[in-house]
Amino acid sequence: MSEPTLSKDPESSAATAAEAGAPVVEAAEAAAAQLADREPILQVRNLVKHFPLTQGIVVKRQIGAVKAVDGVSFDLYAGETLGIVGESGCGKSTVAKLLMSLEQATAGEVFYKGQDITKLSGRALKAVRRNIQMVFQDPYTSLNPRMTVGDIIGEPFDIHPEVAPKGDRRKRVEELLDVVGLNPEYINRYPHQFSGGQRQRIGIARGLALNPEIIICDEPVSALDVSVQAQVINLMEKLQDEFNLSYIFIAHDLSIVRHISDRVGVMYLGKIAEIGSDAEIYEHPTHPYTQALLSAVPVPDPEAREHRERIILSGDVPSPANPPSGCRFRTRCWKAEARCAEEEPLLAIPTRFAEVDTPAKHESACHFAEEKDVVGAA
Amino acid sequence: MPENTDAVILDGVPAVAPDGAPVPVDKRDKPRSLWNDAWYDLSRKPIFYISALVILFLIVISIWPGLIASQDPLQCNLIDSQNGPSSGHWFGFDQQGCDVYTRTVYGARASVEVGIFSTLGVAVLGAVLGGLSGYFGGWLDSIISRVSDIFFGIPILLGGVVFLSAVKGGSVLTVSTFIILLGWPQLARIARGAVITAKEQDYVLAAKALGAGHGRILLRHIAPNALAPVIVWSTIALGTFISLEATLSFLGVGLKPPAVSWGIDISAAAEQIRNAPHMLLWPAGALSVTVLAFILLGDAVRDALDPKLR
Amino acid sequence: MTVIDDISDVPTPDAKLAPLLEVRDLHVEFHTRDGVAKAVNGVNYSVNAGETLAVLGESGSGKSVSAQAVMGILDMPPARIPKGEILFQGRDMLKMSGEERRKIRGRKIAMIFQDALSSLNPVLSVGYQLGEMYRVHQGLSRKDAKAKAIELMDRVRIPAARERVGDYPHQFSGGMRQRIMIAMALALEPDLIIADEPTTALDVTVQAQVMELLAELQAEYNMGLILITHDLGVVADVADKIAVMYAGRIVEDAPVHDIYSKPAHPYTKGLLQSIPRLDQKGQELYAIKGLPPNLTRIPSGCAFNPRCPMAQDICRTDVPQLHPVGTARGSACHFWKETLGE
Repeated sequence: MSEPTLSKDPESSAATAAEAGAPVVEAAEAAAAQLADREPILQVRNLVKHFPLTQGIVVKRQIGAVKAVDGVSFDLYAGETLGIVGESGCGKSTVAKLLMSLEQATAGEVFYKGQDITKLSGRALKAVRRNIQMVFQDPYTSLNPRMTVGDIIGEPFDIHPEVAPKGDRRKRVEELLDVVGLNPEYINRYPHQFSGGQRQRIGIARGLALNPEIIICDEPVSALDVSVQAQVINLMEKLQDEFNLSYIFIAHDLSIVRHISDRVGVMYLGKIAEIGSDAEIYEHPTHPYTQALLSAVPVPDPEAREHRERIILSGDVPSPANPPSGCRFRTRCWKAEARCAEEEPLLAIPTRFAEVDTPAKHESACHFAEEKDVVGAA
Repeated sequence: MPENTDAVILDGVPAVAPDGAPVPVDKRDKPRSLWNDAWYDLSRKPIFYISALVILFLIVISIWPGLIASQDPLQCNLIDSQNGPSSGHWFGFDQQGCDVYTRTVYGARASVEVGIFSTLGVAVLGAVLGGLSGYFGGWLDSIISRVSDIFFGIPILLGGVVFLSAVKGGSVLTVSTFIILLGWPQLARIARGAVITAKEQDYVLAAKALGAGHGRILLRHIAPNALAPVIVWSTIALGTFISLEATLSFLGVGLKPPAVSWGIDISAAAEQIRNAPHMLLWPAGALSVTVLAFILLGDAVRDALDPKLR
Repeated sequence: MTVIDDISDVPTPDAKLAPLLEVRDLHVEFHTRDGVAKAVNGVNYSVNAGETLAVLGESGSGKSVSAQAVMGILDMPPARIPKGEILFQGRDMLKMSGEERRKIRGRKIAMIFQDALSSLNPVLSVGYQLGEMYRVHQGLSRKDAKAKAIELMDRVRIPAARERVGDYPHQFSGGMRQRIMIAMALALEPDLIIADEPTTALDVTVQAQVMELLAELQAEYNMGLILITHDLGVVADVADKIAVMYAGRIVEDAPVHDIYSKPAHPYTKGLLQSIPRLDQKGQELYAIKGLPPNLTRIPSGCAFNPRCPMAQDICRTDVPQLHPVGTARGSACHFWKETLGE
């Protein structure tokens, strides 16, 4: 394993630099072209997590399972941000926990640099944890209220003493506080003395302490006020460039995901419905669920409210304990036909787009995938 | 209470002044742990001072009863039997002709000893077993919970009579052992609940994600956050254990003469309540005040540690 | 500009009548261990029948507290209303007796909360809870109340209302529960509904359904609606006019179209700019620097001055009043002209 350093990785900062300047679509295409010949840093294959439903007090009998994650596959490349969006109960947070080995996968593999981390335990797992870290959603419950900020950010060094020699730790913690934009003099304060945005910065500093390569962000700004969200997003983008981080950015706020992500996956009821570059997903969605999701987002422009076409879905998300047969979205889908109930659509490039060069040519799990411009000219 | 007043108060500390200038340090911005906060709340409650003073006084006289009582509680003269208050003997004499005041003062020691030993025992045993059962769950939890259910089912007085008559001892140690044996399940339940609440918090997940082991998670993350209800319950329990000791001694299975205990004296006085009510008044009064002091202290501590429980 | 014409099209009540609800110079403070938190510091707003007022603000801006004061559900103490008037149909509710206010609450003014699950009683069926409104307030029999409950559930479009009337709150999904809350608020056909972040806890696709329903019912019953939210998107979709709150004051109030196209207060402007836009991809987002103030230590002068890019000396000393901007809007900024002009 490489020695942890705070220096940039020259290889991928080139890619991010290219994106920053160029117009959006071209940048995305350029990035996609680059991704194609890069080795993914994380490969997720058919990841499954079923939570058993049991009955009985002494002898527990399984009567079913909540299929929280049911066959999810994707790749993550070095230096990129993969956004995962979906509504509550779609399994996006469970994916985060599986990637962190905080939950044991029911089936499937997660390869980190070729090594399946779902099978690891003990020392080997601990070593991998140094490279994959997490930022949690709720800045109020993710910091231990009885520990000082210095202890919270210094804890990674207690657990992995090889990263920072003992005498060095206080200095490292102060550096980290500075990196995330907090006054290093606050090292002895307690979490409840900070606001939500500041606490999230503390959480980010803890995630950075071990110089990880991948940070999994589970709704990192959804608990924050609008004016503070932008600050935290900017910080995360700055850190990504500075330390060459790869992010998996899980959120339900579509505009923020679009801003920060290079690629986006849309999840529905434990499966990925559609995945592609941000421009492909947002401007050329081919899965009806993505289209409905995008059209439902309130747009902060009152002029748009009269002439905007909204797809208002009927009903609620079905229970993951008893998902519909075939396509899981068919119960709310306006395109559903008999075939959708019988045959499960696979996540692949739809055949009708396979031969043409169009932004609609990305993986979508729908039998009747077709483009529909829902965001308008936005 | 509106949901955002909490945020209101928290949201004030500026990270770095917008222009980068040093932020003037306000006294309220000093490092302030939750324990500091609890102490601050506690220190503003008169009830806390009153009950703490009573308890402090009790502890002092149980260590040095001679400070306020010049006589020997076992030096009695039957001539004085049941004599009422007189100068030099303001509380009067009991059946055996012993000075009631002296005996009440000396009786504090047994109560305090039993209270402290049994509370310590219950707290350690209950917190460890309850904590482990809450943290690990599974079969360990099943076993510990079922065992504690069994102990729960034993009526405490009946159990006391049977157990203490069987061991034939009437010492502070045997009484405390009995209380620990029957008292731990209740604390184990409280500790288990507190640990389960704490272990579901994101900061525990965060520690796991860093690769922390069970020991670190239990000691650094869960124990400090699950401690509050254990402390509160233990404080109140100390008072009830003292009254339990008195009850057992009253029934004749707890401490036995020549030991000096409020329970023994209450028992003796109860037989003579018509002839010499003064014999009952003082030990019973001392017991009530003591138990009340612990319960009030427990209430004050609870309010300070968790304002939401109010 | 055509925008102005749009505003006059908004259904307004008879001009002779006073507004349905008018809040005047309302102050609310909380006594905390860190001192007096001034949550609301002189708020004025009004709503007419059939009109939607959005009160927009972040946590701690006083938007919820002011609504709770209107509803009369603040816990006092620790809260205190040292000053202000809340005129409902011309009468000051703060001067009414407890009995009078109770009669208004539920019947004339109803409230919808963010968290429907904790606002419904978990041990009573939703049909019973809906019917209770009629039994208590109108003395209907059990059977009639149940029929009314089913009718209400139909009206908020809960599928199979007749079969589900006996179900308990936890058996409904989040969106359905919020519909039940709306049904409960509508039960006695109030004149005014206060909705405190009604869709924040819901998913986007469900959020759209619920907001649409609320808007339709409002039009049908010609109710006034106060929508309390932090979501600029939701506001743009449904509001007629907006009051933006910061540190317990209204910093800008305006018809919805004006505020999005030309904000007249730097805070509103900053909020709008901090929404990620497509052309900012790969760039830094605009972020309002610093943090909202601690309400026990609100900065002198304009409360926003430490975070404001336009702040001058006057902003640190003088509290800006709500200056009229054009006809129907106001901005509490000394430099509103400059803010508009850029």
